[in-house]
Amino acid sequence: MIPNSLEVSRLAYAYPDGTQALFGVDLTIGRGERVALLGPNGAGKTTLVMHLNGILTPGHGTVTVAGTPVRRDTLKEIRQRVGLVFQDPDDQLFMPTVRDDVAFGPANAGVRGEELAAVVKNALDRVGMLDVADRPPHHLSFGQRRRVAVATVLAMEPEILVLDEPSSNLDPAARRELAEILRSLDVTVLMVTHDLPYALELCERAMILSDGVVAADGPTRELLGDAELLARHRLELPYGFAIPAAAERG
Amino acid sequence: MHVPDGFFTAAVSVSAGVVAAAGVAVCLRGARRELDDRTAPMAGLVAAFVFAVQMLNFPVAGGTSGHLLGGALAAILAGPFTGVLAIAVVLLVQALFFADGGLTALGVNIILMGLVTVLVGWGVFRLVTRVVPGRGGVTAASFAAALLSVPASALVFTLLFWIGGTAPIDLATVAAAMTGVHVLIGVGEGLITALTVAAVLSVRPDLVYGARELAAPLVLRGADGTSTVTGRAPEPAAGAGRLPFLLGGLGVSLLLAGIVSFFASPHPDGLESVAEEQGFLGQATDHVFGGFALADYGEVGGIPVGVAGIVGVALTLIVAGVIAYAARVRGRASSGERV
Amino acid sequence: MGVGRRLYLPGGSPVHRLPPQCKLLAVLAFAIVMVATPREWFWAFGLYAGMLAAVAAVARIPPGHILRRMVVELPFVLFAFLIPVIGLGERTEVLGLSLSVPGLWAAWNILAKATLGVTASILLASTTEPRDVLVGAQRLRVPDLLVQIAMFMLRYLDVILDEMRRMRVARESRGFQARDLRHAPVIARSAGALFIRSYERGERVHLAMLSRGYSGQMPIIHDLSATARQWGTALALPLAALAVLLLGGLAA
Repeated sequence: MIPNSLEVSRLAYAYPDGTQALFGVDLTIGRGERVALLGPNGAGKTTLVMHLNGILTPGHGTVTVAGTPVRRDTLKEIRQRVGLVFQDPDDQLFMPTVRDDVAFGPANAGVRGEELAAVVKNALDRVGMLDVADRPPHHLSFGQRRRVAVATVLAMEPEILVLDEPSSNLDPAARRELAEILRSLDVTVLMVTHDLPYALELCERAMILSDGVVAADGPTRELLGDAELLARHRLELPYGFAIPAAAERG
Repeated sequence: MHVPDGFFTAAVSVSAGVVAAAGVAVCLRGARRELDDRTAPMAGLVAAFVFAVQMLNFPVAGGTSGHLLGGALAAILAGPFTGVLAIAVVLLVQALFFADGGLTALGVNIILMGLVTVLVGWGVFRLVTRVVPGRGGVTAASFAAALLSVPASALVFTLLFWIGGTAPIDLATVAAAMTGVHVLIGVGEGLITALTVAAVLSVRPDLVYGARELAAPLVLRGADGTSTVTGRAPEPAAGAGRLPFLLGGLGVSLLLAGIVSFFASPHPDGLESVAEEQGFLGQATDHVFGGFALADYGEVGGIPVGVAGIVGVALTLIVAGVIAYAARVRGRASSGERV
Repeated sequence: MGVGRRLYLPGGSPVHRLPPQCKLLAVLAFAIVMVATPREWFWAFGLYAGMLAAVAAVARIPPGHILRRMVVELPFVLFAFLIPVIGLGERTEVLGLSLSVPGLWAAWNILAKATLGVTASILLASTTEPRDVLVGAQRLRVPDLLVQIAMFMLRYLDVILDEMRRMRVARESRGFQARDLRHAPVIARSAGALFIRSYERGERVHLAMLSRGYSGQMPIIHDLSATARQWGTALALPLAALAVLLLGGLAA
């Protein structure tokens, strides 16, 4: 049996200053699924994401990635399997050139020489950014930087791709291009967002995280169709947006 | 404003490079102890901040403007070790990528703008915060620290020149003039530094390294409703125990510098022999660039300087090599996984 | 335009192709030899200038590029012209101006050495990519941590300068104009906000690094090693300068 890509069970966490952000999160994501994690600001979305690759250590509960529990001694493996794409690509692209940045992860895992070059080339190709490989990240547009940020993570061949607000600050064209790239990838995706139309466009399934627990879990279409549920968790569809009758999915 | 090539003899430049390398090596160890594997990104961002802040011009009076040196500010906000590293890297980057400040003068520049401003600034800051507690104390201490760091830097420049240069200078006269000019500049530096520290303190007090002791103690609530207050927040890692080591390292390096400089100056007692020159020097220092006026005499004709320069080069390469090797070995040994 | 790229001129000349560590050491050694040269040896400085001109020609760096960059030196040039006028000691008449002889020597010394030094640095920065300069420094055993700090600084300098620019626009669009020291609190608040943003970004960058397997060491991505021949080519510059210095010493 193929293990689930991600299992989170009874996860609770309080920051060192005493603020508790998570109050027992349970969720399971099967291999190959694309899931949206929805929630208003302050719901604990980012805190949850930080647990998925062991940056934060749970106060209670467990996180398991493809059958491997997130523990101190498994961190190296976990960080290779969970690909985190941060909200601000400038935080993620810290190396002098795009090529160096994409190489950073695999190089830390011990990949060297021609194999490294091939991994980098492949990752950049998958997001259509091969032609900017030798440019410094600062010279790219915001949309290009976000795509390169996805490539830096893809280069590590992750089991699950976790994206924090992937559509923020993108113009409509860049937004569509990113959606096409995400649809073309054959990895499990967890997309943390409050951009509801984007969630509907890309993910069959959605969860609502509210006040530190998973408040709803089901097909995205159903969740977004329930106006009362959305309102209860401070979520809103954009003005004039109606859920299309039958969405085309690639 | 950075010292370019040609102000100091090769021997002094090289000796200063050795001292600077030793100081930076000590700070690398210190910063790693405090920040662990966060050192590189944190110090890098602080360095970028210092670079940006140095471009922030503030009007002084009558159409002239000044800018921060930033040594004391970096030390108070990010800690003395990280502060020195940030300034050193700013100077390195300015020399290598902007041709600003001579490569041979890099050591002198790091000593003057990094080591001296941070050591003096941090020392004064600790002293004042001990006497005057609380937030007001931190602000007042920042002002005093930044103010004094500027004339201190100018004084060390004078001293370096007196040690290294073969030109006759009257240390007392020149030092007095230098101090006068730079105290005025220091007032501006102190004002901006204090206000900046106060601004950070009002929003994110936890980010001000120098105000860590102001953090509220933790409260533990028992099941019976009683609450106990824990001790103070942990002391910053830059304890007094390391200061002697730091000063010791600097002392040894200075001794070395002195020895090399002795070779450079074949007539050490010539310092007193040309008395009438002192008048010129005294006048010249009234100018804002006073400090640099002295430096013009930093060369002496003849072979000994050249020979000393070559001796100095060999010495530096050896010492720098040993330091770099030691820092690498330690760096490898102390790096570990962080959660 | 990235700050770190302002001096760099892409090209394929032999100078561009030399490994960075060779160029770095060559420029440093050249500067030390040049500074060690007695100021009376006018001919030696002429030869040094000729050597740098030859390097610039081989690297195909236009003279205009170098001259424009020399503005860095300007404050010192102005100052150097001032010394002979205000200087005391033995004096001489030039075009009706009474100038001090020791002052003239001092001015000449600063001008010659600072100019040669800044030219050598410009040539290095113009022919070497910023990233490669750092790789070269690393190969020369500059501590790894220091190189990493410099790398992060270069990467985020533009980001932070942009933030500073936006804050200035925000200040000025609300009618603020810094006129004298009384406006210092406003400037200081901006500086404080800039520090907080820089610090928080540093923390986020650290998290991003951890997420991709960072454990304190930078992985070796570029392995630039230099051959003996490349070292020889690069060190020809300081060795030539050293020969000039030694010959001058023998002659004197």
